[in-house]
Amino acid sequence: MIRLDVNGRIHEVDVDADTPLLWVLREQLGLTGSKYGCGVAMCGACTVHVDGQPQRACAVPVAAVGESKVLTIEGLSADSSHPVQKAWLAHEVPQCGYCQSGQIMAAVALLAEKPKPTDADIDAAMTNICRCGTYQRVRAAIHTAAGNGRA
Amino acid sequence: MGIVTKLSRRKFLVASAVAGGGMAVAWSVPAGLLEAFAQTTMPQPAGAPAEVGIWVVIHPDDTTVVRIARSEMGQGTLTGLAQLVAEDLECDWSKVRAEYIPPEVNLANKRAWGDMSTGGSRGIRTSVDYVRKGGAAARMMLVQAAAGRWSVPAAECTAANSVVTHKASGRSLRYGELAEAASKLEVPKDIPLKDQKDWKIIGQGVKRLDTVEKLNGSQIYAIDVRLPDMLNAAIAQCPVFGGKLVGFDADKINGMKGVRHVLKVDDVTVAVVADTWWQAKTALDALPIQWDEGPNANVTSASIAEFLKEGLDAKEAAVGHRIGDAPAAIAGAAKKIEAVYGTPFLNHATLEPMNCTAKVSEEGVEIWVASQNGDASLAAAAEAGGVPLSKVKVNKLHLGGGFGRRGFQDYTRQAVLIAKQVPGRPVKMIWSREEDMQHGFYRPITQAKLVGGLDAEGNLVGLHFRLSGQSILASVAPSRVVNGLDRLHFQGLLDDEFGYMAIPNLLIDHAMRNTHVPVGFWRGVNHNQNAVYLECFIDELAHAAGKDPLEFRRKLLAKNPKHLAVLEAAAKKAEYDKPLPAGIFRGICQNYGFGSYTAAVAEVSVTDGKLKMHRIVAATDCGHALNPDQIAAQVEGSFVYGLSALLFSENTVDKGRIVEGNFDTYEVMLMEQMPKVETVIVPSGGFWGGVGEPTIAVAAPAVLNAIFAATGKRVRTLPLKHHDLKTA
Repeated sequence: MIRLDVNGRIHEVDVDADTPLLWVLREQLGLTGSKYGCGVAMCGACTVHVDGQPQRACAVPVAAVGESKVLTIEGLSADSSHPVQKAWLAHEVPQCGYCQSGQIMAAVALLAEKPKPTDADIDAAMTNICRCGTYQRVRAAIHTAAGNGRA
Repeated sequence: MGIVTKLSRRKFLVASAVAGGGMAVAWSVPAGLLEAFAQTTMPQPAGAPAEVGIWVVIHPDDTTVVRIARSEMGQGTLTGLAQLVAEDLECDWSKVRAEYIPPEVNLANKRAWGDMSTGGSRGIRTSVDYVRKGGAAARMMLVQAAAGRWSVPAAECTAANSVVTHKASGRSLRYGELAEAASKLEVPKDIPLKDQKDWKIIGQGVKRLDTVEKLNGSQIYAIDVRLPDMLNAAIAQCPVFGGKLVGFDADKINGMKGVRHVLKVDDVTVAVVADTWWQAKTALDALPIQWDEGPNANVTSASIAEFLKEGLDAKEAAVGHRIGDAPAAIAGAAKKIEAVYGTPFLNHATLEPMNCTAKVSEEGVEIWVASQNGDASLAAAAEAGGVPLSKVKVNKLHLGGGFGRRGFQDYTRQAVLIAKQVPGRPVKMIWSREEDMQHGFYRPITQAKLVGGLDAEGNLVGLHFRLSGQSILASVAPSRVVNGLDRLHFQGLLDDEFGYMAIPNLLIDHAMRNTHVPVGFWRGVNHNQNAVYLECFIDELAHAAGKDPLEFRRKLLAKNPKHLAVLEAAAKKAEYDKPLPAGIFRGICQNYGFGSYTAAVAEVSVTDGKLKMHRIVAATDCGHALNPDQIAAQVEGSFVYGLSALLFSENTVDKGRIVEGNFDTYEVMLMEQMPKVETVIVPSGGFWGGVGEPTIAVAAPAVLNAIFAATGKRVRTLPLKHHDLKTA
């Protein structure tokens, strides 16, 4: 049995130690908001926070999480009221939406590190793939969430 | 729209359909088809929502559910279609929700909700009239119900904001109070639509109906479906197209944790079914599989390139467009310009990989699927399950990207073939990214040779545009290839779309060269390649003629004022007549496709061989602009799709198979490359054009033409990553 702290709750799961965190979240815990897109930490659709740091859950073996606290999109807020979620709504960011859990988690981590990010900061931190092409609105929404005073 | 609510809604819908007499619909439902649904009939509680006509369900609290037949894959069609219905329904937009009509219900009702296929940017433009009539009919029924209750003529009543009012007596009733009575009335036959001057919801940038669930993880995509007793499957298909599955050694993995079954799916596919997908995938990776690679195992990108190159000068080619005598005009021209271009295979790379959940039982087949065509999914499931169409239920989920890939139903068929071997239990099949990358229906590979003749004054007197490459229709719809002519291959180039009708002598022909690699409709389809070839070559001609590329195009677009107008709109917004800061250069282009006119101006710089795209101005004339904010979203996204293809993406072939497996080798655009995109919507009215695809075609040529302006280098083969842009 492996103990996991996810969204403030302790879970015990019976999986192989090398099972990626992503698949434990999705298949054992039923938290399907984190998505499978590539399985090789390229696309970022599975981005979650591990002790506040953005991690690509598809490439994190569950046993490596240990006592760390995992935060997924489902745990970000109880009612979609996190400032980043509100900015995303205001800018109508999502199209298909499949990458957006990861985009949002990456943006939240960026803003925790740099509350007033520049465009260059956003370029460096936001490496999640969006095939619909919402990058322009992701950027604008991050500035809004940061209170950067620009659309 | 969660899956649970969707299922319960469906039960309501089926109950309504079976009620027959109580449902105010104008068609007869064949009894046999409906027997299959009868078992899910359940009594409707008092105060239940009421169907008013077939498109609208109104709840007692005025919540208005609009039925949607097309699929939502990010392009905003769900919201747009609801806007159209709401416009003529005269309802309060804040009360509007949307739900999918299940394909089997559409089928059982003689496709009363119309075409479910969602491609070719047709979702809005070919649905407008009938969905608006659906809204208008419901409004007329609600008004009639109110008039009946008040014993006044319907003509004295007005409807607005989900309320019917009788002004003379000062009475009013909410739609929610009228819906049940309205649902019992006959659907009117003569249904006038609102005049454009009275539109209130059409033309507004209303918020999408499907956003909140996409911000908190609650949106259930097909890949997220979880059902009681569900098993999970991972599959491998023969890596070489045209090869076959010979065998596999199941004993090697049967003891692995969670593994339940190792199955032959079809002639080319093996599946591992396990308790979890991760277990299935892990076991599949360890499974020894023997393939017969078939006749194509030696094909490479180089051999395909040679095959296509031969077509550039082949004697035989299907003529798509001819004006005058181009070869003669070119032969007699003062100056002859010639260039050869090429573009690679491209995978759609939807971020949600192909997947489908299926359950096969004595009752029939039920699937949970992300599909661009619910009807086709239903048919594929019936065929694979070996059951009549009436024994299939299709649960449509929003797509994690479509781009043309999910019109094909290979993955639906596979899921049912797997589930059939595990009867009674739902099985969710998910393709790995690598499987998805290597088993697509790729954007066709093509090359083009363009030859133009200029007279002494620099006027274009003749153009010969030879395409060589793979036809989509030859494999997907061979009956549409007539006398060797695939008209789709000429997208943007035939007289119904081509803007340069002022060219006096024109020959556009196609030497069809089909490879063994499956091809399909890739967002924007053949416009993408054709616009690169044409718009970059027009730019080459302009420079050879010593003329400004915009001025050169103005003359050639003289017979096509709408093409020209949208080009002028882009140029105006980009302040084309004003100089740019030092080091920044412009490129310009235009195209017409999917019923809409598009143009773009790109501003780029190239420093030490490194391209930076500073700004894009993109103009669109889609006739009527249903939702300007969503049009802008599609235009912005189109640049990401189109510029990914320009900068990075390609699928190459070695040993008969696709080389790239994941996003490390199939690179796509990221935030850091994203230029600022300014969308200019110039709706000229009178028609409904597409939005999701038309702009992609102008993305790459605008930037390529700007790169030439910056460097003097012509990039004629994509992607750009293979080219060195360092100047001398």
